[in-house]
Amino acid sequence: MSIILDKLNYVYSPGTAYEKQALGDIDLVIGDGEFIGLIGHTGSGKSTLIQHLNGLVKATGGGVYYNGADIYDPDYNLKELRTKVGLVFQYPEHQLFETTVLRDVQFGPKNLGLTPLEIDLRAYEALKQVGIPDELIDASPFELSGGQKRRVAIAGVLAMKPEVLVLDEPTAGLDPKGRDEILDQIEKIHDEQHITVILVSHSMEDVAKYVGRIIVMNHGRVAFDDTPENVFAHYKELEKIGLAAPQVTYAMHALQEHGISVRTDVTTVEEAKNAVLAAFRGWQR
Amino acid sequence: MSMLNSDNLTFEYIRRDEEGNVESITKALDGVSLEIKKGDFVAILGHNGSGKSTFAKHINAILMPTEGTLYVDGMDTREEEHLWDIRQRAGMVFQNPDNQIIATVVEEDVGFGPENLGVPTEEIWKRVEESLKAVGMYEYRTHSPNKLSGGQKQRVAIAGIMAMKPQCIVLDEPTAMLDPNGRREVIRTVRELNRREKVTVLLITHYMEEVIHADKVIVMDDGKIVMQGTPREIFSQVEKLKSYRMDVPQVTELSYELKRAGMPLPDGILSVEEFVEACGRLRQSGGFGE
Repeated sequence: MSIILDKLNYVYSPGTAYEKQALGDIDLVIGDGEFIGLIGHTGSGKSTLIQHLNGLVKATGGGVYYNGADIYDPDYNLKELRTKVGLVFQYPEHQLFETTVLRDVQFGPKNLGLTPLEIDLRAYEALKQVGIPDELIDASPFELSGGQKRRVAIAGVLAMKPEVLVLDEPTAGLDPKGRDEILDQIEKIHDEQHITVILVSHSMEDVAKYVGRIIVMNHGRVAFDDTPENVFAHYKELEKIGLAAPQVTYAMHALQEHGISVRTDVTTVEEAKNAVLAAFRGWQR
Repeated sequence: MSMLNSDNLTFEYIRRDEEGNVESITKALDGVSLEIKKGDFVAILGHNGSGKSTFAKHINAILMPTEGTLYVDGMDTREEEHLWDIRQRAGMVFQNPDNQIIATVVEEDVGFGPENLGVPTEEIWKRVEESLKAVGMYEYRTHSPNKLSGGQKQRVAIAGIMAMKPQCIVLDEPTAMLDPNGRREVIRTVRELNRREKVTVLLITHYMEEVIHADKVIVMDDGKIVMQGTPREIFSQVEKLKSYRMDVPQVTELSYELKRAGMPLPDGILSVEEFVEACGRLRQSGGFGE
């Protein structure tokens, strides 16, 4: 189970004055069950890249292979691919349209031609996975809070039982607690359902806390592809391409520069705490 | 001199059924009393649905109080004859830059506001130039706004407000849709306008690191003001902030956790510099010599 991107290229409006290379020679292997953070400044190609994963956009060069099958093969079932690779766009709550929460989540499975029982089961299960309480199931989606709406929208994609879940900035506009709640739920779904998760985010702190691998995009190319520790060690290069490392990474480097020897390969508050305490105990001895 | 003065401001959203009977009443603002002085930089924090945006919409009379009063530069927002004066004095910048830009050329977009105020043409061009320079977008004046980055678009939106010569700018989550670079650009611009042009700033945000330079931080919950003080006073209360669904900057949280683990660090560390300094002092002070 994997997605392979092979020399993927995408050019907007080829042959016109507006021609622009959005993706250039992307080679990536996305393994089964990975939790990946995809970062890059606005216009770096992140969104274009994820739209290739389920065939919404067709590459102008190179190939995409899902579980070994070429998705550009004329006989390939793209409709099925789109149930396997679920895309949650930015501000997905703008796409809610049904009269009740339940009906909105049922919409996807209904279009798969499942039995009414299976449709119900999937909808209830998906709503439970994102933590929507039972009493909201018959409410109008438009009566919910921003964070709740977003979770209903994510449930709509989960009800399709995807093998890969791609989320484009799922926490934009949410308050800090709302961000944590959504990401905790996504992590739980990742752990329990063993699905692959690709998280597009502008929050380096969030990415560092949750993912095992970070892919950094810049000018349509992959600039870094490594563990959070290794990627954020390049914090100076990241700044040059409009990104940054988590604040605690900077704090550890600053300590180091002031002659206080600590581990600098930290990316979360917890890791930083342990690094400083280790140094602190060293001085006490 | 106070820019904004709200006295027991209350706003209710009333929901009615099909026959027009009242179904439910939600108090979005519940007795908010607050004074913001001219030239202040005030940040408002609060979770989604805490009433921040409802408060902001009262400032230029998009919404009217159900109870209580709000004075903008001494004018009661409920008195209709002040409406235009109030809107000229308090400009708003919203979350989505694409919803706020209407012209096809940057300088025309910035000129739209003063044009509608009936400012003479020559004066409009002068204001456009000044405002674009103030937000660092002058060299883009002949560009098309839709080719700009999110941060640049927000700065154009801010220039459009500045061209109306407001005394106060209200920014409702202006950085929510931007990447880290765009966020930094916008916040830097807003701080400079506050410092150099003495514009009163009211910044609503979910990003804790954006408020550490504010003169005053207000935390709202359930339509009420629940905390107010300097950033240091507010961020010293980590647990209380978390109970209101808020957060603190990572380095503040790190210092708080280290203190709980026994390191004698001061409360309310707000920046990497302060953190390094505190650790350095700790190391030099007796007992931790090498």
